[in-house]
Amino acid sequence: MEQLLQLFIFIPLAGFIASLFLKPTRERLISGVAYTSVAIQLSGIVLFITYWLLIGSPVLNLKHFVFFKEDNIEIYLDFYFDKTTAVFSLLGALVTFLVLIFSKYYLHRDSGFKRFFNTVLLFFFAFNITIFAGNFETLFLGWEVLGITSFLLIAFYRDRYLPVKNALKTISLYRLGDICLILAIWTSHHIWHENITFFKLDNSQLVASHISDHYQSVIFLLSMIVIAATIKSAQFPFSSWLPRAMEGPTTSSAVFYGSLAVHLGVFLLLRTFNYWESVLPIKIAIIAIGILTAVVATMIARVQSTVKTQIAYASVAQIGLMFIEVALGWHVLVLFHLSGNALLRTYQLLVSPSVLGYMIHEQIFKFVPKPIKSSGSFASKISNTIYLHSIKEWNMDTCLKKLLWDPFKFIGKSLQFISNKVGLVLFGIIFITGLLLFYMDDLIPKPIDEYLHITFAFLGMILILLSFVEKKSPLKAWVFIILSQLYVVLSVALLNDEYQFVEILLYVCGLGVAALLGILVLKRLHRLEHDLSLQDFYGHIYHHPKLSIWFLIACLAFVGLPFTPSFIGLDLMYSHIDHEEYVLVTFVTISFLVLELAVLRIYARVFLGPHVKQTHAVSFRST
Amino acid sequence: MQAQVLQQPTKKMSMPAFSEQHVLHELKHYLPSQAPLKDFIHHNTLHAFQETKFYDAIFKASKIFGFQATLPLVDFRELYKIGRINEAILDRIIIEKKGAENSSLWKENLIYKNYDEHNEQRIGKLRAHWKSVHHINLDDLIQPFLFRILSSYLDQGIAICDFPIHEEGFLASMKEIEKNSFASFFKTERARHIFKQETTSISDLLKIIVGDERYFEQYLFDQQFSHSGWSGLVAVLEERPDTLLSPKKIELKDLVIFELILEIDHLENELGRNFAPLCSFISQEPYNLFDQVESTELQEVLKIWQDAFEWSYYDEILAGIQQNISIKSGNQYPKTEKSFQAFFCIDERECSIRSHIESYDKNAETFGCPGFFGVEFYFQAEHARFYDKLCPAPVTPKYLIKEYDVSEKRKHDIFYSNYTHQIASGFISALTFGFWAGYRLVKNLFQPKMSPAISNAFAHMNEQGKLTIHNKNINDRENGLQIGFTIEEMTNRVEGLLHGIGLLDNFASIIYVVAHGSSSANNPHHGAHDCGACSGRPGSVNSRVFSSMANDAEVRKLLKIRGIDIPVSTQFVGALHDTAADEIEYYDLAILNEINAKKHIHNKLTFENALDLNAKERSRRFASINTKAEIKKIRKAIKDRSVSLFEPRPELGHGTNTLCIVGNREMTRGVFLDRRAFLNSYDYKTDRDGKFLTGVMSPLGPVCGGISLEYYFSRVDNLKLGAGTKLPHNVVGLYGVTNSSDGDLRPGLPWQMVEVHDPLRLLVIVEHFPEIILKSIQSSPAMYEWFINEWVHLISLNPDTNEFTYFNEGQFKPYQTLAKKIHFYKDVHSLLENAKEMETNHIVHATQENLPVYLHN
Repeated sequence: MEQLLQLFIFIPLAGFIASLFLKPTRERLISGVAYTSVAIQLSGIVLFITYWLLIGSPVLNLKHFVFFKEDNIEIYLDFYFDKTTAVFSLLGALVTFLVLIFSKYYLHRDSGFKRFFNTVLLFFFAFNITIFAGNFETLFLGWEVLGITSFLLIAFYRDRYLPVKNALKTISLYRLGDICLILAIWTSHHIWHENITFFKLDNSQLVASHISDHYQSVIFLLSMIVIAATIKSAQFPFSSWLPRAMEGPTTSSAVFYGSLAVHLGVFLLLRTFNYWESVLPIKIAIIAIGILTAVVATMIARVQSTVKTQIAYASVAQIGLMFIEVALGWHVLVLFHLSGNALLRTYQLLVSPSVLGYMIHEQIFKFVPKPIKSSGSFASKISNTIYLHSIKEWNMDTCLKKLLWDPFKFIGKSLQFISNKVGLVLFGIIFITGLLLFYMDDLIPKPIDEYLHITFAFLGMILILLSFVEKKSPLKAWVFIILSQLYVVLSVALLNDEYQFVEILLYVCGLGVAALLGILVLKRLHRLEHDLSLQDFYGHIYHHPKLSIWFLIACLAFVGLPFTPSFIGLDLMYSHIDHEEYVLVTFVTISFLVLELAVLRIYARVFLGPHVKQTHAVSFRST
Repeated sequence: MQAQVLQQPTKKMSMPAFSEQHVLHELKHYLPSQAPLKDFIHHNTLHAFQETKFYDAIFKASKIFGFQATLPLVDFRELYKIGRINEAILDRIIIEKKGAENSSLWKENLIYKNYDEHNEQRIGKLRAHWKSVHHINLDDLIQPFLFRILSSYLDQGIAICDFPIHEEGFLASMKEIEKNSFASFFKTERARHIFKQETTSISDLLKIIVGDERYFEQYLFDQQFSHSGWSGLVAVLEERPDTLLSPKKIELKDLVIFELILEIDHLENELGRNFAPLCSFISQEPYNLFDQVESTELQEVLKIWQDAFEWSYYDEILAGIQQNISIKSGNQYPKTEKSFQAFFCIDERECSIRSHIESYDKNAETFGCPGFFGVEFYFQAEHARFYDKLCPAPVTPKYLIKEYDVSEKRKHDIFYSNYTHQIASGFISALTFGFWAGYRLVKNLFQPKMSPAISNAFAHMNEQGKLTIHNKNINDRENGLQIGFTIEEMTNRVEGLLHGIGLLDNFASIIYVVAHGSSSANNPHHGAHDCGACSGRPGSVNSRVFSSMANDAEVRKLLKIRGIDIPVSTQFVGALHDTAADEIEYYDLAILNEINAKKHIHNKLTFENALDLNAKERSRRFASINTKAEIKKIRKAIKDRSVSLFEPRPELGHGTNTLCIVGNREMTRGVFLDRRAFLNSYDYKTDRDGKFLTGVMSPLGPVCGGISLEYYFSRVDNLKLGAGTKLPHNVVGLYGVTNSSDGDLRPGLPWQMVEVHDPLRLLVIVEHFPEIILKSIQSSPAMYEWFINEWVHLISLNPDTNEFTYFNEGQFKPYQTLAKKIHFYKDVHSLLENAKEMETNHIVHATQENLPVYLHN
């Protein structure tokens, strides 16, 4: 029975891979492959669940595929099935199937027809990995690919400014969530000294004893999970990305932001419930987030004058309620609530263009001019204040920008004086010295060693920040990224005397290929287009779609997507950071956080947005 | 459908003295002028430039605002390669324009020479200095907030909470809120202070931001055109506040002042107290945005290509018509009794059904006239709180038609209810309606059906309801409008229409007056598919009102005195054709006498057959329908399409328009026009001195020309002049669409509506003598402008000689057709079934979907 679980990963994967090889003009075939594979999945899941219910709905666990094994570390895929997975898998397959059928007609003759179906299938694959995941590593894998597919679908209309800008905005928050998950995994390794499965977490005695042994670490771990869930489900204070993510075709907004992707935060909480059930502070935090979101999002939803943003905030408010329900242990209710909400919002988004005709018609027969409100009274003053703040979305967006991203930009900008050739050479020399030191490890006294690796991690972070604020040369920004990664590797390697060569090779290999590919693409583009810059979005994809794909692959490899060696490398590196190394882990984490943003920023600025050459129709910046 | 015929201001901008009034006036003139979507009316997108010649205008607009003015050069060259642009025509045009001696050089240029096509627009340059010098992107900082405030203020009913105060006008309401709340619109004290002052003028604010007065005008243009969608809407609402049901007062001036204060706020916030104005750090001299645009060789090349593209098609049509006439003049048909007659709108979507009716019933006769049938009024549906205007946009009716005795109840749809967006009711909704929504979705995907959420053309008026057509007495008025028409007023209208189409004798026993409308699901632009002559609404009421007038015994008596004798046995029947679903509904059949009632049953069959065939003809452009399928299946698929939520192209609207033919139906009867022609019936024989011709021709420019040009511009630059693809559209405030939560409004036509369109100017063919036509079009400067400035082409078909003359530079010049090969068809089914379907919607593929001119053999 367990063995069947992997089927539900392979079917979407097969569908996705098949869809990559079809000719872009074969609309029927492309959509056919897409909805057929999802239909197979749907019927498979229905049969599976029926059988599973008949045999008494046991919790299933399948240890699947070992990526990497070493004395103290084992990284493997693991699948898991319980009622939560059952509901999510059924809901996911059903909604995706319906929306794909809808899209078959809706996207007819769209120039991105194939791209759309490819991306939705990749999303569906990632969604299934996430919900079938049996351990944090597997879950993270799906989680991260979901983020990337989100980016691709938000920036679906990549020749306009706002979709690209909002895709970057969304992915930067998603990345924060990913990093939180990595930190959770890191802590988990150190607490459990193994790759803990959700199956094991069901054992409440075991969990309880661990919690009391490592209380602080567990609090940290759980906080990370809660933040990841909060971001994914657009809860307070991370709500403002959701309405802005609705830039793609209405159908993709419906499947992503109306139903499946936003409810994954709730999924994560359900999945880890046994872990935090007895940890009161976390429970309170989740309830508080739920209440706050429900109230704030409802206030914002009430003043929205566009259909899609109204639906987005209304949905966010309901998910807030679900957070509370999860914390209170009403899990059957949650499952019903989220299924209903997902279906309702999907439908409402899909029919949102009808609102104009329907409501105008209603208005013609029903309109009553609203009475003039008296102003000046204290009550009206309060209500005006609430109104104005709600219009401003309670400044969530600005605050996040100020707190999260501005500090990085500030540090980067104040250090820009070293961002020149001299600086580059200097960084190179320091790195080579570091490399030598690494080989002469035995000669360095222990205390210096300690400082050295922290210094290197720090320099790695500085480099990535420099890349993040680079305005002129994409190539320079790219080189900074490469250097930064080398520093991070060196730093972690220096620290760990037991660090094995294979691991470094694995990571550096992945990085090296991606780095080289990126350089080649940028060089070639430079030759063709002469001046490249990062001041604005330049939309070079219009003339160079192929280069753009290569560069995107390089970027994704760099970020450590699952299909690249750097993914395992990344995971391994974290396992080599000792759990006492707070300073080191901070630097490394910031590096990884900014890494994806810096890389995608280069991609977006060079390739996406309104084309700089107005030899053809180019959209206004304000659209 | 009507172009805004605005007073043309002098475009010379006075550089030194800044006049607020003047600049606001200029801005309003150039901003897009699309009203809220419920009142969608086609118009020339570049109406502001209409006083200049077409090519001068488009290249100038292109240079100033950065639009694409024509198809790109490479597309023209491809069209030439595939033969869509005819070489003989191209050669002729090159010789005409450049002389025979230069023709080979120019041909070389056209086909091979490389040109720098990059278009660096003038707008936005000045204001861009904030970014280039100070790295401040004012648009990013201000626009999302500004748009949200505007959309909330103007909101018609999406938001649950109304904008707190909106009686005083935009700026006053904003001030009121700023005063009466604990929050503020602004970050800085300085902005708050300025906002509080009563007498702040635009130039005061510009002094702070820009400094030097010489730059003010340019700066305001830069600013307002950075979000031309919103500014355009505000400008329209200032002129026509009645286009909003829930009244909101707003002026462009308010918007400008508020935005300038927001700019001060952000600049102060970013640059610190008392920042230096823009002029203090720029070296560029001020310049006039509207200065002469340098003419380039590329423009010449594009002009020739565009002309060749147009005439390659026109020439074929003209040859086809000429041949058709000559074939017909050979065989004299005996005059038989007409089985029935039918009036349709001139709309090119009715062009096909007319020929199918004629092919099923050789004795049937059809006429085309503007679809409000000459009766102009406001309509009030029973229990409605508002009036609908049912006549062309520029006309202001004095009459009101009220509906009464409606038995049917209106239906509602829970999924649009605000309850689902509140916290507690949303919770309950999710647990109940949520699952129902899933069921609904499945149902609509596999079995689409009409529902209250779909705009239904037939629901505009209740077929069982009664209408106040007869005026009881002159004092029966409501809100300044006379209820119903007097006998005299009715007679005038019936007489006018019959004269216009030249139907003065030989009346059939039933005359159908078929209006049109369009049903579509999930389509904010549905108004664009309804009848333009009825202000973007279905024309059902008009057809009923007209029929009732023409059936009135008193009216008939008066008509007889005026020389039009309609036999007692003749009866008029109103009807509505749903151009998306291909269904016809007939009104007031109870009045038919026994013989006519029988005849109607027979005629109805003809209509049904014609509708089947019409559905088949339309289906060839829809990829999801197999044109070779059984005809009833096609008809069903067409009907389903109009109620399918997932279908962004319920119908293709005016996508195929290119021609407008004014004359006797015999001229085009038997010619397969591929739904591309507006057909206006007119008989020169009944109007030798052109008395009625002026009336017939005056709406052609604004109505048909407006449609044609809106399609042209939305097609050549769908991103800036059109609304872009429909798929990501987000409905705002029930008056417009944007692309996302923070985006600008998108006026113009969405890509799905224009992809089948060949961007050609309209060719108007009039069957009359050139001198009479000239006299007609010169009778009003507004009408003449359309023709003399070449926004539409005009050809006269001389009824005596059957020769064409082309109107150019103020006179008619002889035109010889070049096309030799005329296609013939025997069986319309195989013609439709074997037609090619476009591979992609690139123009080179899209244009191949159009069929050439065919004659029935």
